[in-house]
Amino acid sequence: MGKFLIPLGIFVVLAIFLGRGLSLDPREVPSPLIGKPAPAFSLSQLDQPAQMIGTEQLLGQVWILNVWASWCVACRDEHPVLVEFSKTGVAPIYGLNYKDKREPAMNWLQQLGNPYTASIFDESGRVGIDFGVYGVPETFVIDKLGVIRYKKTGPVTQETIQSIIVPLVKKLQG
Amino acid sequence: MKWLVVLLSLFVSMLASAEETKLSAELEQRVKSMAHELRCLVCQNQTIADSNADLAIDLRTQIREQIKAGKTDQQIKDYMVARYGDFVLYRPPVQSNTVLLWLAPFLLLIGALGFLFRQMAKRRALVVTQNLSSDELEQADALLQHSTHNNTSHTKS
Repeated sequence: MGKFLIPLGIFVVLAIFLGRGLSLDPREVPSPLIGKPAPAFSLSQLDQPAQMIGTEQLLGQVWILNVWASWCVACRDEHPVLVEFSKTGVAPIYGLNYKDKREPAMNWLQQLGNPYTASIFDESGRVGIDFGVYGVPETFVIDKLGVIRYKKTGPVTQETIQSIIVPLVKKLQG
Repeated sequence: MKWLVVLLSLFVSMLASAEETKLSAELEQRVKSMAHELRCLVCQNQTIADSNADLAIDLRTQIREQIKAGKTDQQIKDYMVARYGDFVLYRPPVQSNTVLLWLAPFLLLIGALGFLFRQMAKRRALVVTQNLSSDELEQADALLQHSTHNNTSHTKS
């Protein structure tokens, strides 16, 4: 009798492991940057090439960095959610316009609305690499001391905003 | 006389460019071998050497620039890990949270061998315990004789 239970046991263990594997998302790579200071950058603004934005300027407030591009299809899905969120005024959203061109990017914002306090223009994608960006859109929450507290790869949904981002921002704002 | 100078300068420039291509070939070789060690995060089962995703191209450029800047392989790997995590390394490093990953094959092997030896020992024990009693031996003899007898009679007919 016991002998016949062995294959059943093996099956159950396998089923548990495989079932767990199904519910994990291999695209969700844990970022090593969480809890680390946001990488320093100094880049020009998307709409004002002469105006530079650097990390130091953003210290002292909780802010959200959203990596986007006009060529990014998923960003288009995400955009209305960000526009809605920006209206609540919970925290400023800065855009990192990743590997894009100024003109299509600015058209994009004009057509779909601009949720960003400012967009940082990262044409070469170097700052993107420093932030470990690999799947646009990506969203970071950065605290008053410039430390990254949260990262989301892929489009932010209304639910992520309500259940994770807003409570976290409120907590960080103290 | 003039042609000699031309020839000589040509020769020198050829030597210089040969040296240059040799250097850049070495550089490319190093870029390639580094790229084979790093995972492309866009298409996760490829290295950045195999992938043509935009990010892979950018990261190869990064590797090239950093090699040119005199960085060691380890420094470049650290640079990538700082940004993308251990996941970027195609060969997972041995550390506390990957110990199981590294040891599991050996543990499985040892377990399987243990199981195999136990089964073999069981079988050997089975053979040893099947000693026939004298009664059974006689019975077997009788049967065997009977069958040989039968066989011979069979071949005769």
